[in-house]
Amino acid sequence: MQSEKKRDTMLQTEDNRSTNQVKKETSNVYKVDKLNLWYGKDQALKDITLDIPEKTVTAIIGPSGCGKSTFIKTLNRLTEMVPIVKTSGEVYYRDNNIFNKKFSVEKLRTKVGMVFQKPNPFPKSIYENVVYGPRIHGIKDKKVLDEIVERSLKDAALWDEVKDRLKENAFGLSGGQQQRLCIARCLAIEPDVLLMDEPTSALDPISTLKIEELVQELKKKYSIIIVTHNMQQAGRISDRTAFFLNGEVVEYDDTSNIFSSPQDQRTEDYVSGRFG
Amino acid sequence: MALPEQDAATVADYPEVEDNSNEKKRQLKNKIFKGIFFGAVLFSLLMLLILLVRIFTQGIGFLNWEFMTSFASRNADEAGIQAAIVGTFWMMVVTAPVAFVLGVGTAVYLEEYAPTNKFTALIQMNISNLAGVPSIVFGLLGLTIFVRELSMGRSVLAGGLTMALLILPIIVVASQEAIRSVPSEMREASFGMGATKWQTMFRIIFPAALPGILTGNILALSRAIGETAPLIMIGALTYIAFLPDNVFSQFTVMPIQIFNWTSRPQEEFHFIAAAGIIVLLAMLLLMNSIAVWIRNKFQQRF
Repeated sequence: MQSEKKRDTMLQTEDNRSTNQVKKETSNVYKVDKLNLWYGKDQALKDITLDIPEKTVTAIIGPSGCGKSTFIKTLNRLTEMVPIVKTSGEVYYRDNNIFNKKFSVEKLRTKVGMVFQKPNPFPKSIYENVVYGPRIHGIKDKKVLDEIVERSLKDAALWDEVKDRLKENAFGLSGGQQQRLCIARCLAIEPDVLLMDEPTSALDPISTLKIEELVQELKKKYSIIIVTHNMQQAGRISDRTAFFLNGEVVEYDDTSNIFSSPQDQRTEDYVSGRFG
Repeated sequence: MALPEQDAATVADYPEVEDNSNEKKRQLKNKIFKGIFFGAVLFSLLMLLILLVRIFTQGIGFLNWEFMTSFASRNADEAGIQAAIVGTFWMMVVTAPVAFVLGVGTAVYLEEYAPTNKFTALIQMNISNLAGVPSIVFGLLGLTIFVRELSMGRSVLAGGLTMALLILPIIVVASQEAIRSVPSEMREASFGMGATKWQTMFRIIFPAALPGILTGNILALSRAIGETAPLIMIGALTYIAFLPDNVFSQFTVMPIQIFNWTSRPQEEFHFIAAAGIIVLLAMLLLMNSIAVWIRNKFQQRF
């Protein structure tokens, strides 16, 4: 605990010096090795190989239909909800092969939270939304649950706005508040990784800004992988960026490099707005 | 009302706008079809009105507390519907839980667990077909299996189980639709937090789908209350002078009692049949109102 705190502060100071630089010695949360994925006969992901470092923000950018959402949903195996999906290759989450039957999908998803494109709170109260995760993992003590609600909502920068109406239905919140509630719901089970699938695409600019600030705050504790089709957003909030095109990783590098000196012509065309 | 005049004035002011004769033809066609559809509605409303007026003028005089609390009798003045009302309730006690558990269970399996293959498609198709099977066929099934093979006799249990089978397809289809109407984002959100299928089902999908499921169940039950043919088939009695006191008792139900009264030659019996119909209709109206109320009050808008 102590050492983790120390490392957090180290990271913070490092952040202050140069926002977009990644510490080389951090370990990886994900190792993806030759991942292929098919929807029936259509191949959506082709030989994806990349490592994702911990406690950083990794952005996945690319035009619509390039496989970025499919890729992020493979990381917590949500793609398996579509019955015709087939995969090959390996994905390791902290050295556990996620396709291995011994590593249960429930365990994986407990460690890897996900925030979706459209805010999707449950049709329950704000309080019930946040305690859903802890409840399914067996926490019943009211006091503990209350603490989790306060901590999670504070971490998601929503506590001050909703603390007086925790029992009200979550559907009464604005879109941006709903999305932060979904983030709080993820944080309640203290995951290791946060997957975000275009979390601001349904939100107005002010709500988007709040989520972006939140992401900067959250990366001190969590590893964040965010899909976005907004290049400015990727530039603003991420440390590493992977550019996807037609199911392949064209380029994967520090965000500053991707935007200032891309190695591949296609990357340069995309980030300079010539297509996509 | 002033609008057509205004149109005419506009046409006169701008002579270059051609008077398109096709336009008038299309407008006329439009009106004719509107008239046809309205006529269709009017016809069924009229028939319903005639039925109601006839039944009420015939039956209302015979509808009193004595009618509600008397047993059937050879004498029309003393005849009552108590045994049939209680019989109907007893049958519902058997039908409702059996049909709910089997119907909702089937719907949950088909929607959430069944693999998408030809076998599932076959089951699905046959459930839809079952909804169209004539009720007398279900009566025959009940007679063969419950009354004879399982030797339940002409009991409430046999009748209730037969009715449960009869309304099962309706409940399955209605419940499937209710479950399907829960957006897949809810499933993704729940699975995404490490919930198992059962937890997602029990905590998220089922509560969200419950109003729709309940509505479907109540409507199906109200169909069961009105059914006569299958119970005649399994031999529910038309004359009993006692109340069923357990599921193995013999029994009668309201539609059978009404059928029996209308088939008698004496005119007084036709009047008490009308009184019986009023009671049955009131019961059905009450159940359907409850179904509508549940739907409006608890249905989630996603």
